[in-house]
Amino acid sequence: MRWPDRLAGVIGALLLLAVLVPMGLMLWSLLEQGAGVISVDFLLDDPRQAGRAGGIAALLVSTGWILAVCLLVAAPMGLGCALYLSEQVPAGTRRAQWLGGTLDMLAAVPSIVYGLFGYQFFAISLGLGFSILSGGLALALMVLPLMIRSAEQALRAVPFSYRQAGEALSISRWGWVRRILIPQAAPGIAVGIILSIGRALAETAVLLFTAGYVLRRPDSLLDSGRALSVHIYDLAMNVPGGMPRAAATGLVLVAILVILNLLVRRWLHPAQGAWQ
Amino acid sequence: MITISSRFHADSLLTWLLRLTGAAAVLVLGGIIAVLLIQSAPFMLEHGSALWRNDWQPGQARYGMAAMIAGSIVVSVLALVIAGPVAVLLAAWLRYFAPSVRRPVLTLVELMAGIPSVVYGLWGMLVLVPWINRLAPPGASWLAASLVLALMILPLALLVTDTALGQLPARYLQAGQALSLSRVGMLRRVLLPQAGPAIVSGLVLQFGRALGETMAVLMVAGNVVRWPTSLFDPVRTLTANIAVEMAYATGDHRVALFASGLLLLLVTAVLLALSWRLRGERHEMA
Repeated sequence: MRWPDRLAGVIGALLLLAVLVPMGLMLWSLLEQGAGVISVDFLLDDPRQAGRAGGIAALLVSTGWILAVCLLVAAPMGLGCALYLSEQVPAGTRRAQWLGGTLDMLAAVPSIVYGLFGYQFFAISLGLGFSILSGGLALALMVLPLMIRSAEQALRAVPFSYRQAGEALSISRWGWVRRILIPQAAPGIAVGIILSIGRALAETAVLLFTAGYVLRRPDSLLDSGRALSVHIYDLAMNVPGGMPRAAATGLVLVAILVILNLLVRRWLHPAQGAWQ
Repeated sequence: MITISSRFHADSLLTWLLRLTGAAAVLVLGGIIAVLLIQSAPFMLEHGSALWRNDWQPGQARYGMAAMIAGSIVVSVLALVIAGPVAVLLAAWLRYFAPSVRRPVLTLVELMAGIPSVVYGLWGMLVLVPWINRLAPPGASWLAASLVLALMILPLALLVTDTALGQLPARYLQAGQALSLSRVGMLRRVLLPQAGPAIVSGLVLQFGRALGETMAVLMVAGNVVRWPTSLFDPVRTLTANIAVEMAYATGDHRVALFASGLLLLLVTAVLLALSWRLRGERHEMA
């Protein structure tokens, strides 16, 4: 081996350390602060004293509702748009390019801008106020491009010969979509949904001014509810002495996300680009 | 007859339903642009130029955002300067020097990409800010924000670079080996230049992500409205400004925040167009 190659080997290993060490420190600092707090009671108790004491049960409930609203909107819309892209828009046409460009732009819009839009449109113009519904809807728009792209990828992966066989049997379009295309693409679509859940759980800025940060358990979809991510932010920044529980909540959130990630890997090794 | 006509109904219904969902995606983007424009247009027409001044005092009806625009830019540029080279070199190293560790490292990096930005921010508050504070108080600073952002954009920057290198034809490598070039020489003269546009295109998108990031920056940047002069001074970015002040802003103040949202959207669009341009295509990017 020549000396430049050897040097490169050393530099590469150092760079790898430069990434691994901060990640290790992240995990270690979360554990150091939060591990002592985590227990079964932490998951089952409601927060007290603005979150300084108690657990995160109310937040799990709020997060669950926000996520449910988000998926109920994003999954059908995403699947519909993906079907439109794969079935009715021939690749390479102007329409495909415009729609693709629109999706890229939607994916690139900063989340705080989705927050501003959701606040103005859902909370104020539609009169939904700071509520689970506003938050879930704004979040649905944010995860929509990811949902569409991954469902589209799954639909396009269905072999062309199936379509030919279907056409040879003169199956109707609806029959083809319902009985062959969607069942065949189902694992890929499920992966898209799980990826969207992960993205939605990780999001904070969209929810600050849509779902709000009321700590109570929500009674209805029109109540404000605080998501886990918003709780982490609020405890860390605005509540003196909230750091241990912020870190513990962070650990819970990261654990959920890691489990989702493993689920995706298990279910179907994501095709290249699924992480985008 | 009945089956045929009902089939026709189901099919045409499906066609229209799908068209509708396709239109919905366009409507969402149009709606976001429209809402931001409607909210901020009257104000911008009246005192648009005042937004570029350096005097943000909403209490006295002064809405010059220059300091925060500068804050956003310097924080993101430094983050990219730190993360970009690390991501590119590390991706190249994993692919051409240490293929055996590539898979596990990429798996870890994909996990990193999914970690919420508030958790990166928390890490910054727990680890980085105290360290920088020991070096030069107060700790919450431009440097802290850039370091947190750098770690945040690194995973996707690395994955994009890895994909770009993976798309190079294998014959480049074979030709290089036949000429018995050193691997570093191959990388420097052939592989990186060939994959360059795709890599830079990916980095441009990550720069956009850094500019648009709110939470992680908000938690470690200190959020003082001030022209950034030193790495150790607190700064406030446009995004953090929206998050901090939206809760109580009214009237023109609120409108100014919407105007800053519009500015963010505009910059994102320009960066996206630039990234397409570099790739030499109009679409196929996420």
